[in-house]
Amino acid sequence: MFELPSGAEIQSIIASLNASVGFFIPEIYLSVLFMLLIVIDLVAKGKKNNLLSITSLLGLGGSLFFIYQQHFLPAQELFFGMYVLDEFALFFKYFFVLSGMIAVIITMADEQFDTEVKSMGEYYALIIAMVIGMIMMASSADMMMIFLSMELVSFTAYILTGYFKRNPRSSEAALKYLVYGAVSSGLMVYGFSLIYGLTAQTNIINISSELSQHGYDPLLMILASLLILAGFGYKIGAVPFHFWAPDVYEGAPTPITAYLSVASKAAGFALLMRFFYIAIPHGGPVYEDIIGLNWVTLLIILSVASMIYGNVVALWQKNVKRLLAYSSIAHAGYLLLSIIVLDAFGTQATLFYLLSYFLMNFGAFYIVILIANKTGSENLEDYRGLGKQMPLAAAALTVFLISLVGLPPTLGFIGKLMIFSALLAKGSIYIWLALIGIMTSVISLYYYMLIPLNMYLRESPESEEKNMNPGMLSQVLIAVLMFLTIYFGLFFQPLSDFAKYSSAMFGLKLY
Amino acid sequence: MLSLIVFLPIIAGLVILAVPSSQKQIIRIVSLLAALAQGVLAVLIWRAYDPSLPGITAGPGGSPLGSFQFVEKLPWISLKLGGLGSLNIEYFLGVDGISVTMVILTALISAIGVLSSWTIQKQVKGYFILYNLLASAMMGCFVALDFFLFYVFWELMLLPMYFLIGIWGGPNREYAAIKFFLYTLFGSVFMLLVMIGLYFSVIDPVTGNHTFSLVAMANQANYIKTAILGPDNVMWRYVAFSVLFVGFAIKVPMFPFHTWLPDAHVEAPTPISVILAGVLLKLGTYGMMRINFPLFPEVFHASMYVIGIFGAINIIYGAFCALAQQDLKKMVAYSSISHMGYVLLGLAAGNSEGMLGALYQMFNHGTITAMLFLLVGVIYDRAHTRQIDKFGGLASYMPVYAAVVTVAWFASLGLPGLSGFISEAFVFVGAFSSETTRYIAMVSVLGIVFGAAYLLWSLQRMFLGKRKPDAAYDLVVGDDGHEHIHFHDWKGKIDLDGRELVMLVPLVIITIFLGIYPMPIIGMLTSSINKLVEVLSPLAMR
Repeated sequence: MFELPSGAEIQSIIASLNASVGFFIPEIYLSVLFMLLIVIDLVAKGKKNNLLSITSLLGLGGSLFFIYQQHFLPAQELFFGMYVLDEFALFFKYFFVLSGMIAVIITMADEQFDTEVKSMGEYYALIIAMVIGMIMMASSADMMMIFLSMELVSFTAYILTGYFKRNPRSSEAALKYLVYGAVSSGLMVYGFSLIYGLTAQTNIINISSELSQHGYDPLLMILASLLILAGFGYKIGAVPFHFWAPDVYEGAPTPITAYLSVASKAAGFALLMRFFYIAIPHGGPVYEDIIGLNWVTLLIILSVASMIYGNVVALWQKNVKRLLAYSSIAHAGYLLLSIIVLDAFGTQATLFYLLSYFLMNFGAFYIVILIANKTGSENLEDYRGLGKQMPLAAAALTVFLISLVGLPPTLGFIGKLMIFSALLAKGSIYIWLALIGIMTSVISLYYYMLIPLNMYLRESPESEEKNMNPGMLSQVLIAVLMFLTIYFGLFFQPLSDFAKYSSAMFGLKLY
Repeated sequence: MLSLIVFLPIIAGLVILAVPSSQKQIIRIVSLLAALAQGVLAVLIWRAYDPSLPGITAGPGGSPLGSFQFVEKLPWISLKLGGLGSLNIEYFLGVDGISVTMVILTALISAIGVLSSWTIQKQVKGYFILYNLLASAMMGCFVALDFFLFYVFWELMLLPMYFLIGIWGGPNREYAAIKFFLYTLFGSVFMLLVMIGLYFSVIDPVTGNHTFSLVAMANQANYIKTAILGPDNVMWRYVAFSVLFVGFAIKVPMFPFHTWLPDAHVEAPTPISVILAGVLLKLGTYGMMRINFPLFPEVFHASMYVIGIFGAINIIYGAFCALAQQDLKKMVAYSSISHMGYVLLGLAAGNSEGMLGALYQMFNHGTITAMLFLLVGVIYDRAHTRQIDKFGGLASYMPVYAAVVTVAWFASLGLPGLSGFISEAFVFVGAFSSETTRYIAMVSVLGIVFGAAYLLWSLQRMFLGKRKPDAAYDLVVGDDGHEHIHFHDWKGKIDLDGRELVMLVPLVIITIFLGIYPMPIIGMLTSSINKLVEVLSPLAMR
């Protein structure tokens, strides 16, 4: 059935691969780092030191250099259209590497790892593997590649979630994550197969041109979109694909919770934007779907449901990690809002919001870890009186939470401002979405403020003075994160310009 | 100059951050110095202010900045947005007659608030940092001429206020603090949407870009006809006006959005009540005069009647509620609601007399209510209760206190010769001369009667007559053979002490002086008010 390629063809394939490798250096570098960490773990087995964490930190830092160099390369497709290098992908490369670095740093600060696990061998290697997977998610231009990279991320995430092997909550979380993950990626692959059946193509640009040339059955298309959204929606934690999120966020080691809630979510958004913006036609009257539904409608439903559900259910949470889990569902809803508008400004707003979410969410989780180190608890009630005992951490946590609500003068406010501006720039059609966003953020104030309420307004039941100083390094880091959240809230131009620069996909500005 | 007056308290706050928390006196003195410096600057601004320049908006011709004074305009953020040109936010400060009055009031009340905070003993450092942040944000609101900047200052007030009520408040403080926060946030988030909508609808005539400048927004010629809040989009303009109005009305607070205020006042410590009633409530009506009405003049014109009715409800309803209160502080809080109703009524009249009365009433209410809350605080410090019927015959034992209370109470009910009378008179002159509000004004006059009722009745119950059997104090016969009053666990002076006099006497002087000779304030705001009325008049509309 298949003919073997001739010698000349093989030569040209190899030549093309060789040409592409030059554009693939950060990924190769990170893969080497991944293997290096495993080797170091084997060599240095049994020694309790920071060798692994420092190596991963420096290694990830080094990769920024290679990513930076890619700015000077022209945007193009690689590996026969499997992979792509463009500004959009570069943005997420930075994003994921920096997330990985912060995940490593806050893991070093988390004292739970000292008691719960014996060896940190695979842990850091897996974090690196997840960085690679997420980078590839953001750069995939082919359905096969999308699936592979998503699975890479998922599998590492399952293991990392269950890393506290002796802790039943951690194992339960990992199992739940695995089951939901398996189901949704199964659905997604089914959606891919439908699209492949329609177009006989796997590359998303080819899919787009096939669909626009030959048309398609709208009912089948909405079904395929829905199935694929199940996969992406699971990654971003949007309602109704969110069921794993609260348990996983609560059960996983806190650095992994932070990592998943920021990086893995962002990877889902990268994929969602690239796939739906490019692959599936929309907007033009020719492709107007007959039943009046298209994937944008689906996203609107997802977004509204996430904002309402996430914010309302969070009101009753007593565990801070769980509370932040519901808040992250709500934030998936806000992020979807700016994708719905389908223009360059919307993309810019999404990327900007991701940046602000990066700072404030990592900051919040970092402090949750520091507090848990001292109090051994993540319950709201045990936060009582922390305002006096850990003044800097409590103040910083308040700033991050205010930023999550979206109040000035913090970065989160600018993020929300950009999203709502993107909606209102479209005239009056999306005002109702903006209204829902606004109303739910008022609701969110109540549960976010429960944390400062306990920290400042209530007295600690224990009167004896404990040593609550989280250490110099942590203090400095918190202060820096807090400063950045406020500084960029007042002078957000560099971030916004960067987000605008990064909104180009495949070397061209969309819409 | 304006930047300095805005950021002085924040600078003081940063200094306090570096002071160890055991050095309470230093912290207090730093705050006081900042407040006094603010006061000095306010006086300088008042002296240098040219009352002939109206401000409000940049009319046809003339400077694009309008005739604002002490203008500071710097580019703050200039973003390139995909497909939409650029986003320009300016650091744009300036004052006209409306805001300069409020700047003086804010400086005055801030300084008095610091003095009144002297007795705070719990977490002094945190308290003054938050207090200074609040003071900066309030001042910033009054001088910001860029909507974005205004919004930032507006929201910046919420968090310090939440903590100031929540940490240093009374027994039910958690509820009061979050209620305050949620109410005001609910109002202001809609303001955010309107702000974005306005941004996309207004073009700066000079640069040709979209702008957040309130000066440009106040000129209807700068609107894009078909934009979302442009003149053609009548429905959305009505919606935008309404949500802005609700946002500001929550702050005023206007019935039926007023319920946070009594809770907040009852729980808040005295200095925070003073700030809340003295300055924060004025931000609501200031926002209406600066943003809500001039930006949507035709909608304002159509809704004058409704605003007037709400004003009348505020006046009457607030007075009735005050009449029913047993708690003195709650009574004063409801009297605030009632008196802010006069401001709404004056605004609804839409003519120079009414607007002038409204603005003057804002200033007077600031000084008088600050005095009322301070006086409530004085008696609460001593007796640890505010129940009106736990007192009686105080006049004979605390004569100075009783005298000041009498002045304040009479000023509040609008006795001729005191400042409250003049502003209320202007409001009613305005309201009667306007066709729209004439009948509303007739009903509202009843408010004065009820106002007199609750104030005089409380005065009588607390200060006249004899000590009640269950009173909050004892009478002891002193060495000189006279009866003296004795409060449990109160070591200080029975009558007003030096610090309290320093806070109260200036306010008493201002109240009496402005009641006899109001020109220092009225003279400053006349031309601005006339310009505002002109902007709002149907002739100016297209």
